[in-house]
Amino acid sequence: MDLNYTPEQLAFRDEVRAFVRASLPHEVSRKVIEHKHLDKADYLTWQRILFEKGWIAPHWPVEFGGCGWDAVRRHILEEECAAAGAPPLISFGLHMVGPVIYTFGSPEQKARYLPRILSSEDWWCQGYSEPGSGSDLASLQTRAVREGDHYVVNGQKTWTTLAQHADMIFCLVRTSTTGKKQEGISFLLIDMHSPGITVRPIITLDGAHEVNEVWFEDVKVPVENLVGEEGRGWTYAKFLLSHERTNIAGVSRSKRELAFLKAIAAKESDGGRPLIDNVRFRDKISRVEIDLMALEITVLRVLAAESAGKAPGPEASILKIKGTEIQQALSELMMEAVGPYALPYLPAQWSNHWLGERVGPEYAGPLAARYFNMRKVTIYGGSNEIQRNIISQAILGL
Amino acid sequence: MDFDYTEEQQMLQDAIGRFLEKNYTFEQRREIVASRIGYSPTVWEGMAALGLLGVPVAADAGGFGGGGVETMIVMEALGRHLSVEPYLGTVVMAASCVGAVGTKDQKDYLLPLIMDGSMRLACAFNEPGGRYDLNHVQTTARQDGGFWILNGAKSVVLHGAVADLLIVSARTSGEPGDREGISLFFVNPGEDGVGGREYPTYDGMRAAEITLDNVQVSHDSLIGVDGHALPVIELTVDRAIAALCAEAVGVMEALNAATLEYLKTRKQFGVPIGRFQTLQHRMVDMVMHCEQAKSMALLAAVKVDDPDVVERRRAVSAAKELIGRSGRFVGQQAIQLHGGMGMTDELAVGHFVKRLAAIDTQYGDADHHLDRFATAAQTPAEPILAKPRSRWKQL
Repeated sequence: MDLNYTPEQLAFRDEVRAFVRASLPHEVSRKVIEHKHLDKADYLTWQRILFEKGWIAPHWPVEFGGCGWDAVRRHILEEECAAAGAPPLISFGLHMVGPVIYTFGSPEQKARYLPRILSSEDWWCQGYSEPGSGSDLASLQTRAVREGDHYVVNGQKTWTTLAQHADMIFCLVRTSTTGKKQEGISFLLIDMHSPGITVRPIITLDGAHEVNEVWFEDVKVPVENLVGEEGRGWTYAKFLLSHERTNIAGVSRSKRELAFLKAIAAKESDGGRPLIDNVRFRDKISRVEIDLMALEITVLRVLAAESAGKAPGPEASILKIKGTEIQQALSELMMEAVGPYALPYLPAQWSNHWLGERVGPEYAGPLAARYFNMRKVTIYGGSNEIQRNIISQAILGL
Repeated sequence: MDFDYTEEQQMLQDAIGRFLEKNYTFEQRREIVASRIGYSPTVWEGMAALGLLGVPVAADAGGFGGGGVETMIVMEALGRHLSVEPYLGTVVMAASCVGAVGTKDQKDYLLPLIMDGSMRLACAFNEPGGRYDLNHVQTTARQDGGFWILNGAKSVVLHGAVADLLIVSARTSGEPGDREGISLFFVNPGEDGVGGREYPTYDGMRAAEITLDNVQVSHDSLIGVDGHALPVIELTVDRAIAALCAEAVGVMEALNAATLEYLKTRKQFGVPIGRFQTLQHRMVDMVMHCEQAKSMALLAAVKVDDPDVVERRRAVSAAKELIGRSGRFVGQQAIQLHGGMGMTDELAVGHFVKRLAAIDTQYGDADHHLDRFATAAQTPAEPILAKPRSRWKQL
């Protein structure tokens, strides 16, 4: 029993840490750490740095340009990046469609798309959810009808994250309405610049433009953009979901947020003393910190099992639920910590370069918006209730 | 990083698992709890024969030479079977306390008697009005000729009445609440002036209120260094807490298994009640609490041997806090999911729930440890002394 990394793993961690420290631009990490708005260039800058280093896709097999690392090494890289304030990787290409393409795609699809995913030349988005299909994804209605060497796609996708930046979308579409609803679904790769596609922003309660509606009106998609076989899309979709990473728990990101929370609570004054000395508030922080300590060990237990050759299983659902609960608790406490200065809503000030007169402390500005934004984490990626269904069925056999 | 047990640890786990499977069924336990002395001498002998009473004792003293992880393995199994044996006081606490600061004579005399099962010990660290504070020591010890004279009272001493020997904290200088001035003594409960009252606790164990009225003990009854016992008391209690966390995990696992089984077999409205989503999600939450508790019990087991006192305190208190919370959740929901049957004395459910509640109360509840966790770095961390520094005089 040993909760520490091996000497080799420690050496690797030091190497990663030194690399991240040397190459992550301060401008970008400051935005991440201080909850400021990240634009497309910020994400791309960091992804290209990792690409140059050869570390952009550590989970991919070497033959497709990945590193072929084991679970622990991948975890170390993810954790070091998060701890340093690197932007999260845009996962639609790297973690979602990439593995589907190299596993089920044609040689032409592999040759065309995989290098462009690695180099961030294509920005991918995900066409799963529809207005009528949330947790019940298989009820989706977007139709693709084969006409000669094309599919003609009509329908609407929604909650499409960062579709405004996207060059490509991978879509679940209905190619048949007979038989079981899962059996009529196919997996299509669609160029976002195709005629007939309209992207409409959905503004979320925090005022952000993160998600979109994507409308398809007689969009022509070449038949060679079908992944695998027609009608097998549901299988590929499930494969994609099982590629959930242990990073889903977000332990290092939460540790970084915890440190930020403590720093705020030490600066904020409450009755003439630092807020962190208010036992009522300190206890709330401590409880989250303890939950996070437990989650970190739980993640390592899952990783160790994975490294020993066990496929990542439904345990990932436990990590998702606990991880997102902790993320929400931290964002809530941060907003509470700044008290009345959570109220001013001045997005223009959430910048590294704001020169005007500031209302409230700099760290306080984005915290309320962030709190509202973070309500999403228990909904997306399979809501926490769906995760409970998965655990109930797959682990408990209920 | 390695979460696997060594071959030896695996054997330990198998051995105790098999032994309890055979000798500690729920019905057997019921008889033991109802017996006059409240533990089973036969089981105790059996545990001695398996070497379980020497788990934390150093190998060169004839023990297993185990640390926090070995203790965790044993305690988890004891928890699963709701053991009421005096293992925590005798082996986890007394044996490791003597091992840490005892003299060679004390070790040579006591450790073999603990390991062969002929002697049980209890630690009397807490006092009425002191709640969980280990430095709230009003019991006094003063020197008189070649003896120590002890006066005071000790509260809720687990297995206090069946112990052949007590380890008692007493103040040799200073005021209640001071960190300095506390010493540890062996007290024979048969000694003149030792009084007490034994009573059952709600979870099937026995405890005692103990009074010391001019109790005279010999000079070699002092354990460790006069006036400097608090660090070793804190270490001993941290070991107990780590062990209790492991026990709680064993209890929770057994309780969750029983509840899951009930959800699959109990039928209402023509279907097993486990088909209802409200109950499924409740069960999932119980399992998640248990997994998080397991992670913390592991952390405590590893960190309890950490020489960095602040690290040790933080890990142990974090574990006890989380396990206090999760134990309460799992316990309450297990009763709820069992419905009326969960309220009966007949089913094991209620007994598991009561043990979880009792564990929260032993050596500090969730609130107490939340506070200790948050202030771990501010509290002094004095070294553990086994011998007085050369310039000091000792009786």
